[in-house]
Amino acid sequence: MKFPAYIRSLAARLFHRSQTEADMEEELRSHIQHRADDLERSGLDRREAERLARIEFGGQARVKEEVREQFGGNFVETLMQDVRFGLRVLRKSPGFTIVAVLTLALAIGANAVVFGVMNGLILRPLNVPQPGSLYGIEHADEHNMWESYPDYLDLRDRNRSFDGLAGFSIDQVALDTGENPSRAWIDAVSGNYFDVLDVQPYLGRVFHGSDEHGPNSAPYIVLSHAYWQAHFQGDRGVLGRIIRLNKHPFTIVGVAPPEFHGTLLIGPPDFYVPIVNQEQIEGRNTLDERRTHSLFMTLGHLKAGVTPEQAAADLNSIGAYLEKTYPKDHGSTTFRLARPGLYGNLLGGPVKAFVTGLTLLAGLILLAACANLGSLFGARSADRSREVALRLALGASRNRILRQLLTEAVLVSLAGGALGLWGSVALLRALSAWNPFARFPQLGMPVSPDANVYAVALALALVSGLLFGIVPMRQVFRTDPYQIVKAGRSGAVGRRITARDLLLAAQIAICAVLVTASIVAVRGLARSLGSNFGFEPRNAMLIETDLDSADYRGDKAIEMQKRMLDSVRTIPGVESVGLIGRPPLYGGGFAALVFTDQTTDLRPANAALTAMKYNVSPEYLHAAGTVLMTGRGFDWHDDKDSERVGVVNRELAGKIFGSTMNAVGAHFKLRDGARVRVVGVVEDGKYESLTEDPEPALFLPILQAPMTETCLVVRSYRDPQPLGAAIQSKMRGLDRGLPVFIETWHQQLAIALFPSRLATAALGVLGAMGAVLAITGIFGMAAYSVSKRLKELGIRIAIGARPKEVLQAALGRAFKLLAFGSAAGLLIGIFASRVLAFIVYQATPRDPVVLAGAVLAMLLLGLLATWIPAQRALSVDPLTLLREE
Amino acid sequence: MSGQAQLLPGTLDLLILKAVSLGPLHGYGVLLRIGQISERALLIEQGALYPALFRLVRQGLLKASWGTSENNRRAKFYELTSAGRKRLREETEGWNRLVSAIASALAARPEEI
Repeated sequence: MKFPAYIRSLAARLFHRSQTEADMEEELRSHIQHRADDLERSGLDRREAERLARIEFGGQARVKEEVREQFGGNFVETLMQDVRFGLRVLRKSPGFTIVAVLTLALAIGANAVVFGVMNGLILRPLNVPQPGSLYGIEHADEHNMWESYPDYLDLRDRNRSFDGLAGFSIDQVALDTGENPSRAWIDAVSGNYFDVLDVQPYLGRVFHGSDEHGPNSAPYIVLSHAYWQAHFQGDRGVLGRIIRLNKHPFTIVGVAPPEFHGTLLIGPPDFYVPIVNQEQIEGRNTLDERRTHSLFMTLGHLKAGVTPEQAAADLNSIGAYLEKTYPKDHGSTTFRLARPGLYGNLLGGPVKAFVTGLTLLAGLILLAACANLGSLFGARSADRSREVALRLALGASRNRILRQLLTEAVLVSLAGGALGLWGSVALLRALSAWNPFARFPQLGMPVSPDANVYAVALALALVSGLLFGIVPMRQVFRTDPYQIVKAGRSGAVGRRITARDLLLAAQIAICAVLVTASIVAVRGLARSLGSNFGFEPRNAMLIETDLDSADYRGDKAIEMQKRMLDSVRTIPGVESVGLIGRPPLYGGGFAALVFTDQTTDLRPANAALTAMKYNVSPEYLHAAGTVLMTGRGFDWHDDKDSERVGVVNRELAGKIFGSTMNAVGAHFKLRDGARVRVVGVVEDGKYESLTEDPEPALFLPILQAPMTETCLVVRSYRDPQPLGAAIQSKMRGLDRGLPVFIETWHQQLAIALFPSRLATAALGVLGAMGAVLAITGIFGMAAYSVSKRLKELGIRIAIGARPKEVLQAALGRAFKLLAFGSAAGLLIGIFASRVLAFIVYQATPRDPVVLAGAVLAMLLLGLLATWIPAQRALSVDPLTLLREE
Repeated sequence: MSGQAQLLPGTLDLLILKAVSLGPLHGYGVLLRIGQISERALLIEQGALYPALFRLVRQGLLKASWGTSENNRRAKFYELTSAGRKRLREETEGWNRLVSAIASALAARPEEI
């Protein structure tokens, strides 16, 4: 039965019940009256007659109970009885209850948090009408959705599968308010964007496809609701106001609704601008270039009845057309549809893998907790066997007793679930409010809990309650009241291996997996922080600016870049300063197709490889600390009038020229036909992510390959704080209207390191929880077995056993289980760590440090957990004990 | 208790159906009627009556409605539904078959075997 329906029928039954109850009451009263009438007629006075009638009738309560049973299911009453009794029993052993509830709270809390993250980042669709039919167009051969504007127009106009196709790119602009230019993140969108997504304005109007009349024809802004609140204080008078964006006037025409955060799950834009004004926004116009993928993503709603496969086939026929018509610009062009997820579909893969891994681990935690509680409940019900036996002897049905035990278990699990949920909701709220990156204030984790999270936590609580609640079941079924009541509770010693032992071993194994995984992760992070990036982030600062936004173009840009370099170099304490367009590990670099010197047909399909491309000033290699292996770096003579030159990394040299030695002096070609001579080879580095394999990379001098995006690398041993201030004032001196962003290279790398840091934190927390569970599990088992065998231990001590022998008798089993479970867990952990390798840099479990660490950790945990029981076993005083029994 | 027969399990329902088939009755009336038609040989325990009545109502064999009794008291009257009538017929036939079968079995003599 579905839950709401069940509630309704329960309510109906309860309501109906009270009526029936009253009915029955009245009917019995009427019966007794009638009988009394008869008795009165036979000569008794009225009072005596009624009394006699009542006596004759007998127990009314019993009759009512029987009628109720006829009426079917006195479920609620029994349940209330069980709950009341369960609460009483639990209150009698507060220690047990608190441990059980806390264990579950931890386990369910961990699962709720992980699910909350999964829900927020993966499951939750974009907040637009009918998200179910919304798809993005992805290139089938690579996981990205980048599209050139002319290709987008072809896709938009030629497809028969979408109701409409919108596109957008993500840009950063300077908002000029005179004194202190601020930066804003925007989505430059196709004119039909809001219409395709069916998003209605909160205020004013949105722009439409009909507003576009060629380049720079639509200087309109639609503000996001959050930005409107934060920067315009929700002023309704902003409509029609003109603000200067990169020094160009734009008119605010509307405000988007509060629930619309753009079409990326993370990183909502500050406002939306038509992409036809690209030249004003980005400083260049690539709308007619088929080679330049200026749109981050294209997306739209599928027409009713069109499946994603049909749509992909439709798009592929357009792809074939593009390939045939523009062979110079297109390699093989095939498409598939993808959900517009976290960040397009770009982050989808790793994030999904990571969250899935976390879900598995959290599930393991819950399993371990259930095993833990199962053995606790098992032990308890063994202690309560006398009570159970007594109740059975008094005529209680086994089902009824089981139901009562289950109710107890579910009570514990619900309390734990509620506590865990409370904690996880607080944690998820904090996570949602957290801004991990100073540079991208709008980037965060949209993981605020919703109804799904509550439902999952409740379901987990119920399931785990039932799971560990059924452990004592067999015990109850086996109970022979006669034997137990007769023999007392010492009873017979059980079989050699009990279900409880297996549970505990499994639990220890799970905990060992978690501990191993977290050690692997921490070790991986330590390594990734100490690994060679191909540059030296220590004692280096980055000054980022975008000359576009201050309207420096062409030669003006080069001149400004030189002035910036010269000006920063004069700051005392600065050892060297270099310039690069966009530094490595920045997130989103530029790639270039590299052709061998012999290639004449420079179409994409003929490229030898794709290399990361960096435009740098002559001092960059030195300032960044990139080691030159052979040849020379650039100098200021490598300009437009001289031969095109380049520096490549070892990977590229090896792949194209066979070796580092061969590379120097050799040539390669670029897409635009330029023939470039290699003058130097540098070490390999990390360019896109810390976990990548060695990738080819290529450096070009800025004078031959100019760009407006500008990042200065400043090497200095001075304290970053005053140095930053000095740089800031120098920059102000050059141009007050230029937005700059200054941070240490380490701070900037926080973004690249963020995934592995987050992974390490998450795994560390899960590992710690695993350790806690292992301790409570072993402790519970050891303490229980010691308390069970106190008498035996007393006798052993009395007849002269030495401490070692006593300990062996008391805890030998616990230690055997510990060893067995840890070994199994370690093996599984080693196997499972392959999965971790996807996220955590150089996560290898075959690392001796990891193995030794895991073994040591489990040993320590075992010692810690058995310490108190061991003390108790050793301090047994045979005299007192024998006297007491 | 001489002169009284032990009620066989399952026969209470049949008796109630029969009693009610002779005319609508309230609970106490059912007791009296059973006593009357069995010539005081069958006495129903008062407490056992109501669970049986509820069961029959739930099974749809009886229907109940509040009315006023001959003593001018409010009482719940039971009468047969069509399903109840059908059930009474079937059970009566079944009962008769059983009785004649057992009677003939008990009347058997050695020479008949």
